[in-house]
Amino acid sequence: MEKILELKEISKKFGNFQANKNISFDLYKGEILTILGENGAGKSTLMNIITGFYRSDDGEIYVNGKKVTLTSPKDAIKHGIGMVHQHFMLVKNLTVFENLLVALKDKRFIINKNRYANIFLNIFKKFNLNIDLDLPLWKLSIGEQQWIEIIKLLINDCQILILDEPTTLLTPQETEFLFKFLFELKKEGKSIIFISHKIKEVMEVSDRIVILKKGEVVSILNKEDFNENRISHLMVGTVLKNKYDKDVKPSDDLLLEISNLYAKNDKGLADLQDFNLVVRKSEILGIAGISGNGQKALAEVLTGLKDPYKGKISLNGIDITYGTARQKYIHGIAHIPEDRKAMGIAPDLTVEENLILKNFKDKELGGILLNRKNINRYANDLVEKFNIQYGVKNAPVRLLSGGNIQKVIIARELSENPTILVALYPTRGLDIGSQEFIHQTIIEHQKKGMSTIYISEDLDELFKISDRIAVIFRGKNMGYFEPDNVDKKTIGKMMGGIIKDD
Amino acid sequence: MLDIIIDTTIRAGTPILYATIGAIIMEKSGIINLGIEGLMLIGALSGFYFTFITNSLLIGFLAAILLSAAAGSIHGILTTYLKANQIVSGLALTMFGTGITAMLGKSMVGENIRGLERINTVKDIPFLSPVLNQDIMVYISILLLLLIHFFLYRTTIGLNLRTVGENPYAADNAGINVHLYRLFAVVIGSGIVGLGGAYLSLVYTPLWIENMSAGRGWIAVALVIFSNWDVRKALIGSYLFGGIAANQLRLQAMGTNIPVQILQSLPYLFTILVLIISSLKNDSTKQNQPESLGNPYDREDRV
Repeated sequence: MEKILELKEISKKFGNFQANKNISFDLYKGEILTILGENGAGKSTLMNIITGFYRSDDGEIYVNGKKVTLTSPKDAIKHGIGMVHQHFMLVKNLTVFENLLVALKDKRFIINKNRYANIFLNIFKKFNLNIDLDLPLWKLSIGEQQWIEIIKLLINDCQILILDEPTTLLTPQETEFLFKFLFELKKEGKSIIFISHKIKEVMEVSDRIVILKKGEVVSILNKEDFNENRISHLMVGTVLKNKYDKDVKPSDDLLLEISNLYAKNDKGLADLQDFNLVVRKSEILGIAGISGNGQKALAEVLTGLKDPYKGKISLNGIDITYGTARQKYIHGIAHIPEDRKAMGIAPDLTVEENLILKNFKDKELGGILLNRKNINRYANDLVEKFNIQYGVKNAPVRLLSGGNIQKVIIARELSENPTILVALYPTRGLDIGSQEFIHQTIIEHQKKGMSTIYISEDLDELFKISDRIAVIFRGKNMGYFEPDNVDKKTIGKMMGGIIKDD
Repeated sequence: MLDIIIDTTIRAGTPILYATIGAIIMEKSGIINLGIEGLMLIGALSGFYFTFITNSLLIGFLAAILLSAAAGSIHGILTTYLKANQIVSGLALTMFGTGITAMLGKSMVGENIRGLERINTVKDIPFLSPVLNQDIMVYISILLLLLIHFFLYRTTIGLNLRTVGENPYAADNAGINVHLYRLFAVVIGSGIVGLGGAYLSLVYTPLWIENMSAGRGWIAVALVIFSNWDVRKALIGSYLFGGIAANQLRLQAMGTNIPVQILQSLPYLFTILVLIISSLKNDSTKQNQPESLGNPYDREDRV
C-alpha cells in the first residue's frame, strides 16, 4: 500500500511541558488509523501540528513522499489534509450555506448562490442527508453539525481526514451512521485518522491503532492484535472496570421531586417541558442525553441560577421551586457546573479563597473581615482530604490543571455535607485518574446518605456509577432504567427521541 | 415647515450615518472601536485644513479619509497583532484625537472656506425638494451604505469578514488571515468615520471649532447596537437621532416653554432610551451581534 502521510520524530513543548516527543508513524492510502490515548496524552497537539495550527519544535512531515512545511491550516488544506475538530469550527449565526462557502477553497468574489448550492446539495444527496442550506447553523442538531464539518472537508477534496473525538456528542445510532460513512470514504480511497479514547469503538472501526501515552508512541497495533484488555493496559496502565462494586443501596424514601417543570432558555425557546423527576435518598441518578436537550437548564433550575416559569420542585417535602443560588445551597443542594473555569471558580483568586466562597454562615472564617489564619487551616484540611495538588501558595487557581480545579470545586461543594449534588458533566475533559477520583468521592458521599443527579453524555460512565438512569430528550424525561437491565442501544434510541418499544 | 424639518434631519443625520457605517464594519470583524469620536475629529480637522490650503474640497475629503484611516490603523494593529485590550486602545484613540486636533487646529479657528454646495434639481416641490436638493455627500453616504451591505452579504470577502467576527478560530481553520482581515476592516471603517467628521467641517458648518463633533462619535457607537449591526437600520437610527438633535435647536429658536436644558439633553436621553430598548430585545433570536466582538484572537490560546 502507498504511504500518504509520514510523520518523523515530531516533538512539541509548551513551556516545560513535553506534549509530543519523537512521534513517528505512517498513514496509508485508504486506511482508518486510530490515535488512542487518554486526555492529555498529546493527541490533540499532534493533530494541531498536522493541520498547521501549531508548529512542531522538531521533526518532519511528508505528504505523498514529499516533505512539507505546514505553517497554517491553509497549507494543510492545500496538501489535502482536513480536520473535524472536537469543538466544531462552525459559525453559529451564519447559515449552513455560508458555513460551507467559507470553507470552500476556490470561489469567486461575488457569491453566485445557485451555483454553489448545487455543489453542496449534490454531496448531501450522495450521502442521503436532508439539511436545509438556509437554516442558521445553531438550529442544527450536534449530529448534523458534524456532517457539515465533514462535508467542509469533502468539498475541498481532502484526501486525509482527521476526526478528533467525533463520537463524544453522538447517540449510539448516530455513531453507527458515522462509522458506515467512514467505511464508505475508505472505499473511495480516502485516509482517515480517527482520534478517540473509547477502546470499544476504536476496535470496531480501525485498521491500525497508534497508542499514545504522555506524548510518546507506546505501541502500534495491527487489526489482528486488537484485544481490549491489552489496549487498555497499554493506554492507561490498568484494566478499566465496567462497573463499580458499590456496597451501598439507595433507600426507598423520596428526597427530591420535580413535577411538570417548564423553563425557557436565553433564546426564549423551551428548555424543559413538562419535566418530571424523582430522586431517592442516597441514590446516584444518572441523566443520559445529548447535550443541549435541557440538561443545563435542569441543573440551573435546581441550583437557583434560573427560575422555572411553571411547575414544582420539592426537597424533603419542602417547596423549593423558586429561590436564589444561596438559598438553595443552604437547603443542601450543591452544584458542579458545566464550565468549571467560567462558573465553578473565580479564576484569579487563590485556592484558599475559592474553597470558602460558599461558607456563608461560618463566622469562624470571617464576618466583615476575613480571618486568614482560620481560612488557611480550613483550606489545608480540604486540600489534604481531596488531594489537591498545587504548586505555589497564593497562586491563582486558574493555573491548576483541569483535574485539580475540579477537585477544588468538589471539595468546596461537598465540604458542608449537602443532601443532594447536581453534577453537570463533571468529568468532561479530565484524565482517567481524575475521573476515577471524582467517581469514588461521589460514591463515598453516597454512603453518607448524599444523593447525586449525575448528568453526562458518556453512557459508559453512567452505566459505571448510576443506580438508575433517566433519559432526557428535548426537555422531557423519557423514562428510567436500571443499568443492569438495559443495553446501551435502547438508551441511545431514547436519547434520539424514540420511545421505548415493548 | 415639514420640508425644513426633513432637510435638517438629513443634514444632521449624514455625519452620524458615516460614523455608524464605519463602526459597523469594524465591529463586524470583531473589533470594538471606542475611538470613533477621536477619528471624527481627526477627519474634521484634516478635511478642513487641506481644503483651506489647497482650496479643493475633493482633496479635503480624501485627506480626511486617509488621515483617519491612518489613525485608526494604530487601533487596528494594537488590537490584532499586538493583542491589546480593545476598550483601552479605543478610549486612548478618542483622547488622542481630541487632544491633537485641539492643538494642531488652533491656527484654523476662525478661518473660512467655501463649503460644499447643494445640487438644485427641483424647485419647491413639497417633500421632494428637501430630499433631492441635498449635497452630493448625502447621496454618497446612501450609496456607500448599499455597497457595504452588498459587500458584507453577497461577496466572499464580506462573508470571510463576518466569519472572522463571529468565530475567528473557524475562520483561521478555513485559511482566512484573521488579523489581516480585522486590520483591513478597522482601516476602511476608520476612513469612513473620517468622512463623517469631514462632513461636519466642510458641509454642515464649514468651519473648524475645537471638539466640533460634540459627542456624535459616541452616539454612533450606541447606534451600532440600535441598528443591530445592520447598515440599513443605521440609516434610520442616524436620521432619527440627527433629527432630534437638530430640530430641538429649532424648537429653542421658536421659543417654547420647555427649558433649554431639557431640549439640549434630548439627544442623549434618546441614546440611553435606545440602549435600554435594544438590550431588552437582547434575548431574541434575531440578535446580530458578532459573537467574538471584543475578543482578541490568539491561535494557540484555544480552550
